[in-house]
Amino acid sequence: MDYLMAFIIGGLLCVIGQLVMDFTSYKITPGHILVGYITAGTLLSGLGLYQYLVDWGGAGATIPLSGFGHSLAQGVLQGVDEKGFLGVFSGGVEAAAAGITAAIVFGYFAALSFNPRS
Amino acid sequence: METTGQEMLKAAEQAEYDHLVQKVMPKPPYVKHALAAFAVGGAICVIGQLFFNWMQSMGMTIQNANAMTAVIMIFLGALFTGLGLYDKLGTFAGAGSIVPITGFANVIVASAIEFKKEGYIFGVGAKIFSIAGPTLLFGFTAAVVVGLIKFLLIL
Repeated sequence: MDYLMAFIIGGLLCVIGQLVMDFTSYKITPGHILVGYITAGTLLSGLGLYQYLVDWGGAGATIPLSGFGHSLAQGVLQGVDEKGFLGVFSGGVEAAAAGITAAIVFGYFAALSFNPRS
Repeated sequence: METTGQEMLKAAEQAEYDHLVQKVMPKPPYVKHALAAFAVGGAICVIGQLFFNWMQSMGMTIQNANAMTAVIMIFLGALFTGLGLYDKLGTFAGAGSIVPITGFANVIVASAIEFKKEGYIFGVGAKIFSIAGPTLLFGFTAAVVVGLIKFLLIL
């Protein structure tokens, strides 16, 4: 059941991105989509709304980049609870640290190990 | 006076040109694109769910299982981009391959790999952030906004 829900919620989140690109004649680029999703996910999670989507869709809500924003927001909320003002700056990245480091390090090694194809 | 007149003429020509482009450009096949994005994006999330369940069954907390799943999916996204397979998927799937976190890994590798000629430090090392940079910037900023609001509310 959790696999079916992940498929549906994850699929729908991707459809929204596709429609945004199609209906703006691709003036909205993949880069804009990523920026938009992480920002929207962070803000929706801060408002307490994204958690509903996660309860419902599991990885279908956490794997899209909006889910990465959700980790940032949950991290910063927890950080403020534990450390006060310092948590405003440390909480988000602490929660997302593994993903950020993995993205940059694996990305770097992949770029070094392979050659561009054209 | 004359330059503003010329500029106005130029702007009018540009507007007319944009209008023409809009008319001539074929409409994208919305339904086909949406179905492809749904199928591929959904499938990538199912793979994520698989890893998440596996991590949880090994006794990880939800938070750690989520982080570990992200690391694995990013690794796979970077690997398949390097192998040239992810971009093939992308031409079919559109946003279905962009929105999941594997797509984040994809743009990081894709924007860096072209700049090997410019060196490993300021070529690859700088270009790796050409899309990841804005994404992280806006994510961090949104998180600080959320944190500040929470901080002010509990003062």
